[in-house]
Amino acid sequence: MANFSKSSVPRFSVDVYQNEYLPEDGREVNAIVTVTATGGGTIGGAVAAPHLHTSGQGPSAAVVLMVDCSGSMDYPQTKMRNARDATAAAIDTLRDGVRFAVVGGTHVAKEVYPGDGRLAVADAATREQAKRALRRLNAGGGTAIGTWLRLADRLLSSAEADIRHGILLTDGRNEHESPEDLKRALGDCAGRFTCDARGVGTDWEVKEVTGIASALLGTADIVADPAGLAADFTRMMETAMGKEVADVALRVWTPVGATIKFVKQVAPAVEELTDRRTEAGPRSGDYPTGSWGDESRDYHLCVEVPAAGVGQEMLAARVSLVVPQPDRTVQNLGAQGLVRAVWTDDMAASTSINPQVAHYTGQAELAQVIQQGLDLRKAGDIDGATAKLGRAVQLAGASGNADTAKLLAKVVDVVDAATGTVRLKTKVEEADEMTLETRSTKTVRVKK
Amino acid sequence: MSQMHQQAALPKCPSCAEPVESGDRFCGACGCALSAAAAGRNDTPTLTMNGASVPRPAAPGEHADGAAWPHAPHPDASEVPPRPHVPGTNAGGSPPPPPPAPQSQPQPQAQGQRQAAAQPPRQPQLQPPAHPPQQPQPQPQAHPAAQPPRQAEPQAQAAVERQPQPPAQPPQQAQGQPHRAAQPPRQTAPQPPTQPQAPAAAQPQAQGQDQAYAAVQPPQQAQPQPEPQPQPQAPHPAAQPPRQAEPQPPLGDSPAPPACGVRLDRPAEPDEYPLQAPDPRVAADAAAPDEGAAVCVACRAGRVDSDGYCENCGHAQPRERDHMEQESGPIAAVSDRGLRHHRNEDSFAVGHLTLPDGSPAAVAIVCDGVSSATRPDDASLAASRAASESLLAALPRGTHPQQAMHEAIVAAAKAVESLAEEPATAREHAPHQNAPACTIVGAVVTSGLLVVGWVGDSRVYWVPVDRSAPPARLTEDDSWAAQMVAAGLMTEAEAYADERAHAITGWLGADAYELEPHTASFKPDRPGVVVVCTDGLWNYAETAEEMARAVPHDAAVRPLHSARVLVGHALDGGGHDNVTVAVLPFPAPPRGAGSP
Repeated sequence: MANFSKSSVPRFSVDVYQNEYLPEDGREVNAIVTVTATGGGTIGGAVAAPHLHTSGQGPSAAVVLMVDCSGSMDYPQTKMRNARDATAAAIDTLRDGVRFAVVGGTHVAKEVYPGDGRLAVADAATREQAKRALRRLNAGGGTAIGTWLRLADRLLSSAEADIRHGILLTDGRNEHESPEDLKRALGDCAGRFTCDARGVGTDWEVKEVTGIASALLGTADIVADPAGLAADFTRMMETAMGKEVADVALRVWTPVGATIKFVKQVAPAVEELTDRRTEAGPRSGDYPTGSWGDESRDYHLCVEVPAAGVGQEMLAARVSLVVPQPDRTVQNLGAQGLVRAVWTDDMAASTSINPQVAHYTGQAELAQVIQQGLDLRKAGDIDGATAKLGRAVQLAGASGNADTAKLLAKVVDVVDAATGTVRLKTKVEEADEMTLETRSTKTVRVKK
Repeated sequence: MSQMHQQAALPKCPSCAEPVESGDRFCGACGCALSAAAAGRNDTPTLTMNGASVPRPAAPGEHADGAAWPHAPHPDASEVPPRPHVPGTNAGGSPPPPPPAPQSQPQPQAQGQRQAAAQPPRQPQLQPPAHPPQQPQPQPQAHPAAQPPRQAEPQAQAAVERQPQPPAQPPQQAQGQPHRAAQPPRQTAPQPPTQPQAPAAAQPQAQGQDQAYAAVQPPQQAQPQPEPQPQPQAPHPAAQPPRQAEPQPPLGDSPAPPACGVRLDRPAEPDEYPLQAPDPRVAADAAAPDEGAAVCVACRAGRVDSDGYCENCGHAQPRERDHMEQESGPIAAVSDRGLRHHRNEDSFAVGHLTLPDGSPAAVAIVCDGVSSATRPDDASLAASRAASESLLAALPRGTHPQQAMHEAIVAAAKAVESLAEEPATAREHAPHQNAPACTIVGAVVTSGLLVVGWVGDSRVYWVPVDRSAPPARLTEDDSWAAQMVAAGLMTEAEAYADERAHAITGWLGADAYELEPHTASFKPDRPGVVVVCTDGLWNYAETAEEMARAVPHDAAVRPLHSARVLVGHALDGGGHDNVTVAVLPFPAPPRGAGSP
């Protein structure tokens, strides 16, 4: 069982938004499950938790910074310099007591600091040493991200830390190992640590970077201008430092005869979780969510239940949060949400769509049509791309996703957002297109 | 005696001996509540009582007395007080002080007041028109009639009142009492005796009733029964024919027989419905013994989780409120989830007490949660509890029943309003919430007085033991349809065909526009039963005549059985809503007389 005395685990709460009413013969139950953790972390500042972490009592954490040192990082030279500065800024953000290491990545992974397969413990001295060591970072070599991740995993597992996190920066394609190698590395690392991934410049592959972040339950983004790296690294490290509890899983119980059509995170970004289920006892399965600080995320759960008669009520799903323990037991985080199904002959009740469900259904579609639109555009299918991106413009406008709408406007000329009428721009900055693709899964929440 | 009956598997229906299918809650042939089986047997003795029920027959006799009753009108004194109250009530919405003094005088007023009170809501909107229109309509009459008419014609009312019943004809209204006017038909000399009888006593009240009846019955009465009143004893041929058929036989036996015919139509489906709402009683029983091992009633395989759902099949387990029965002295109430709703949002409370003068009294409150609001089940529970507690506290102190009823409704309203301030229960944190709300209807019976009060569309019906006498509806819905009709904007048929028909225009809850409790008191001139129910029942027995047909003839001596039969009637009809019904014999039987 968890040792609660060591750190204050944030308090989790689960809220379910759904229209529980189904028509006669109705079987599909949709619900948005909002999971909110409060009382931990420093994200958002409102509930900064110095009170929880006086005298270094925060959760033990370990972070490995993976910096691309491939030859391309010298073109332009500012890239390497900015990467060094950004890493230094991230190191400055480390909380005292946090274990950390810096890895330089090329076609092989090299320990830059502290070396010898160890992690350093952050304090003023080690931070200074680490920053000095960064000067040794020189560009030269290829790119084999899988090797970086495996080294990070070895380093992180050398310390017993609650929160294990990686920050990965790359500027190019993963050219010096096969996609299968990377995939295997991701499979091996999944669940062992979380990792944020960043692409700097415009010569990297969006799907590789987003794939890494997705597999390791971190965030992905583009830093088109190397000058913005330091600020981004600082933010990422702050977020990592705010994590309070790791390896949280969304446990979903469904009744006999029911099937889960999908489970996906829909806020702050769309993340498909359906296939990541691990069975957890009768009729229950766990879906990984990574580590949590002071934050709130939304999940869309779709369950198909056996039909029942009008007037019947059943529990379609019970959602709770657990932390698997090494001894195979789980620590239940207490909160749970009930997704219900109630059959009614009241058409008004059964046909209305819950606003949250509708909103996130739209957001998920938005992410999908952007991906499809950009793929079609690359494939030269202008009509198809126009239709998909037009739909994206329409969805972004209707749902109030202003950020995505702005990104879309850099790729298409919007004629009429309401109807989704757009023209593809003939000339699109590569950075704009990559930004749109990388951030296509970002969602906005329902305006309350 | 509150009883939670267990459903002993009965090979045969205790009522009609028809073979029973396991899992059924009601006999497929006669509709008798099987759960009552045990009780039924207990009641069986009442059969004798039924015979004894002679009393009813007596009723007729009483009627004879009733004839005497007319006196009542005069005696009103006691009654009178009520009215005064009423007036107060009506007027201020706050019951006027019960002070009896005003009695005779007040009475008229009271009536007027009540009516006013009752009507107020409508009045604003419809009233003017309402009355006229209403009269035509049987139902409205009760209220409208009572209200407008009375007001106008306080005392005269007595006479008027009854009369108006049937014909809610405007003409009479002219008299001052529109409604009663309606009754004219009856009033016509003959009835005065009968009808008036009771009414007379409480003229206003009695009248109210009569009127109500009249209203309800109007058709019958007006036409057939010109003489009806005499009927009390023996139903008048004309009017009664229908009833007689049913009623009479029943009288003798406990048989739900009357109902039997009806129930035959019962859909066969429920029998093997695996997920059919399990009889809560069964579940309760099963579960009670071995707590930890509560087994799902739907799949019979899973354990029931602490939140009430099966950990295997997920089905919601029967909740305590899915089916509730309670007896209190001479009265009883039954509430059921019905067949189409997933939970029971109705609630009730019953109680009996002794008045300061040593005479018995009984109280029943029935509430129907408003489904479109948040936590309707909590609202109805809070309202019924608050109202009954208020009544059970006030009546022994000598508060006039009508005043007490008014106060009880106000107390219930406060209880419901206070729910709006509480955080929603975990199950229902919907983004959009309406304040909890419910209807309320209540009745107080004493040895000589019948007081009703309501807000919303739950109703009270009067069914005389002597089925030759006209039954009546004593309440006037706070509903869109009732208002449309009352305002003369639509015919009853048109109004009730509209999808808005059942939208209620008055309810208890923090978002209610203005609380306007309606109260009315009656002095029935003969014994009968008072049926207090939600629309889950009256949707299947809308007119007073239909309700009377559904009420077993031995209802006065077997209130619990009768309440079950009435719930069965609604379930047989489809059970589209929660069903709750309380049955009170009138006059309130002396202590110990009514309950085994």
